[in-house]
Amino acid sequence: MASYRFSVNGAARTVDSSDPDQPLLYVLRNALGLTGTKFGCGLGQCGACTVIIDGDAVRSCITPISAIAGRSVTTLEGLGTPDTPHPVQAAFIAEQAAQCGYCTNGMVMTSAALLARQPDATLNDAKLALAGNLCRCGTHHRILRAVMRAAGRTP
Amino acid sequence: MTALLSRRSVLKAGGAMVIGLGPAGRALAQLAPEAEAALGKTLDLNEVDGFIAIHADGSVTLFCGKVDLGTGLRIAIPQMAAEELGIGLDRIAMVEGDSALTPNQGSTAGSTGIVRGGVQIRQAAATAREALIRMGAERLGRPAAELDATDGQIRPKAGGPGIGFGTLVGDRRFNLKLDAKAPLRTPASYKIVGQPIARPDVPAKVTGRHVYVHDFKLPGMLHARVIRTASVGAKLLEVDEASIRDIPGARIVRINDFLAVVAGDEWDAVRAMRALKVRWTESTTLIGHERVQDWMRAGPFMADEVLSKKGDAGASLAASGQKLSGTYYWPLQTHGSMGPSCSVADVRDGKATIWSASQGTHRLQQICARILDLQPANVRVVYLDGAGCYGMNGHDDASVDAAMISKAIGQPVRLQWMREDEHGWDPKGPPQLLSLEGGLDSDGRIAAWRTEMWLPRATANLPNPPLLGPEAANIPQMQGLSTGLITQNAEPPYAVPNVQVLVHWLKDSPLRPSNIRAPGKVANSFAVESFIDDLATAARRDPVAFRLDGLSDPRGIEVLTRMAALMGWQARPSPQGGGLGRGIAYVHYKFNETYVAIGMEAQVDRATGAIRVQRVACAHDCGLVINPDALRQQIEGNILQTLSRTLFEEVTFDRGHVTSVDWMSYPILTMPDVPELLIDVIDRPNEPPLGAGEAACAPVPAALANAIFDAVGARLRTVPFTPERVKAAIARGFA
Repeated sequence: MASYRFSVNGAARTVDSSDPDQPLLYVLRNALGLTGTKFGCGLGQCGACTVIIDGDAVRSCITPISAIAGRSVTTLEGLGTPDTPHPVQAAFIAEQAAQCGYCTNGMVMTSAALLARQPDATLNDAKLALAGNLCRCGTHHRILRAVMRAAGRTP
Repeated sequence: MTALLSRRSVLKAGGAMVIGLGPAGRALAQLAPEAEAALGKTLDLNEVDGFIAIHADGSVTLFCGKVDLGTGLRIAIPQMAAEELGIGLDRIAMVEGDSALTPNQGSTAGSTGIVRGGVQIRQAAATAREALIRMGAERLGRPAAELDATDGQIRPKAGGPGIGFGTLVGDRRFNLKLDAKAPLRTPASYKIVGQPIARPDVPAKVTGRHVYVHDFKLPGMLHARVIRTASVGAKLLEVDEASIRDIPGARIVRINDFLAVVAGDEWDAVRAMRALKVRWTESTTLIGHERVQDWMRAGPFMADEVLSKKGDAGASLAASGQKLSGTYYWPLQTHGSMGPSCSVADVRDGKATIWSASQGTHRLQQICARILDLQPANVRVVYLDGAGCYGMNGHDDASVDAAMISKAIGQPVRLQWMREDEHGWDPKGPPQLLSLEGGLDSDGRIAAWRTEMWLPRATANLPNPPLLGPEAANIPQMQGLSTGLITQNAEPPYAVPNVQVLVHWLKDSPLRPSNIRAPGKVANSFAVESFIDDLATAARRDPVAFRLDGLSDPRGIEVLTRMAALMGWQARPSPQGGGLGRGIAYVHYKFNETYVAIGMEAQVDRATGAIRVQRVACAHDCGLVINPDALRQQIEGNILQTLSRTLFEEVTFDRGHVTSVDWMSYPILTMPDVPELLIDVIDRPNEPPLGAGEAACAPVPAALANAIFDAVGARLRTVPFTPERVKAAIARGFA
């Protein structure tokens, strides 16, 4: 059983795992109780498990715990709360950009990473950044409007 | 703005005003401690107490048998109840789909959430209001006619002090039959119904606090993974228990051919599932997706049935000067839920509680009781949100899997399917094959129409296993699943004097079938509304004008004309050629529900066969609108999901198993594919509310096929519209 130290939502955490290949997703959801991060495919294909690691949007379902040691992870819960949402979360609420909401984690996290890097992202930038995040309910339009709202553009 | 609305935060959302509730993001009411306190209440659909409880503090709990699958019922039904009761939405909580607490209002399917679920609760609320006014009249010593229910109080209409609901009822029962004649408030007086009020679950969903069934935990809960047969119908030969010996706490649960692994840690359960060595028999019982159309024509069949007959279609077709025909195919499709199905079950001491994302928790309660060999009264199924489903996906299977495993080990279990389980084993939307014939008279009007359909008779007595776990475990269960009403909308919604619709019912289905959004109607409207355009072209008529000629229903006429105005429709016959085309399609859903017209603009690249949908316009009339913003979201979802089904989706399978088991082999719509959407919602406050969860799906495929025809003169009759099929259709020319 090895121990892994890393930062989650600004706090230092130590997690034990018997398998260095255990994906970060399972560590977040079970050991750390951060269930905002969702299991969608386990294959890096859908984006539901996206977290931000040192500024980059990363698929936690295919990121082994051993690769996280010493790094800084932000999850959906760490981005903001219902009372003090992150600007991207506030924009998703304003646009009502969730139906079932299962893909929402990945949509918000990927958008937050995009806007941190490129605050004035265009609609086309948003479409490309979110091209690998799948939504089944058909909320795409509102998600894009929310990203534009958060970018300070007319949705 | 009314006083009621001004107390809430108001957020501008583009053109629409979205009004936020006070407390941001409430947990599902079925998980709140108050839900436990209500156990033992009546579940009677005919009792006000079945649906409504008023507490000592004047707050209200609704008990709703329908569930919110991401569709907005969680706000819309409380809006209907709040309006009738005369109380603010912030005083209402709603318990959904708990078999121990909510009346059985039927499965949340077929766009019945508002139409049946909401309307029943609205009537219960109107009955409750009458009773509250009677009680208030007694306490205030004034005639009932002088009183009204406002803001949670019974007050004189003329003003003056009132008396609160909590004081009048305060956790006591109404003991009152639901009165079907209790008067409803007049639409002109509505303050809450018709408002775009924000959905209460969105803040929690967007900040990672919403508890899905996937996130629900019990003390001492083990994690399970199920191991499906290597091929459909295979039998278990041998399991090598030693193969998972090194994984901490992992063990096998086996009931005949039903096989699962459990472990204290979820990742260990996944590792055990992967490491476990299993030998299965070879099974090659499937036909393979490429042979489905041939198989549908060949049978075996159960019966032929004439579903519709008017005049003499055969004779009229024979006499027609201009006769056309076309054959249309809709493939098997998966629900493609973003999260694999999941359930938590605790089966111990002769009792079972199952947390499930099922669309039909009351039905599942009965099924689980039979499979677990328990009395239904000792089985409770509690709805929790899952990933969106659009018909019966794997949720019911996963719930029964979890319950069987929990019973076997006597501990609470959380079971989640893997991606390959969901894509590979969820029950599939069945294939549909339609041959259409039509004839024009000398004035260019449709004189005759014949629909011939080949459909799996999936409603009963199929050899297909209803639920996978009991089938593998050899536990007897009811045979037969419903695919929904898949024969509807298979004839034109326009005046045609001679019509016949014939269905050949197939005995079997290529894979286990179930209902999938707008069941049957998507494929039938695809065929019918594509063929209408072929007839319009033969008659050298504009497609909108050609449809309007045959339409007498004013609500149908209005959606068509408003859609045409919305997208700036230029009247002319199709095709125009040139690569950019526009198409339209119309549906009167099930011929007695919602009216929808959809127009589409698409660019087609002749060289590559690539389709780019640029703009979709939709006019939509579902009667009384409860929440216009939630309604728009449903329409947007219907359009985008059906575009995905039309452009990309077909379940592939070989002789043994499904081969489209992930998002690479079963691609769906992505962000760069998203077109501009224009939506015109027609509100009819004096008409009954109709369903909106499905209707706007139906015209999407034909509107796109018609736009492609207009763009390049090529007619697509097989879904999905792959670049190869587009190129082949272009090569065929005007066939």
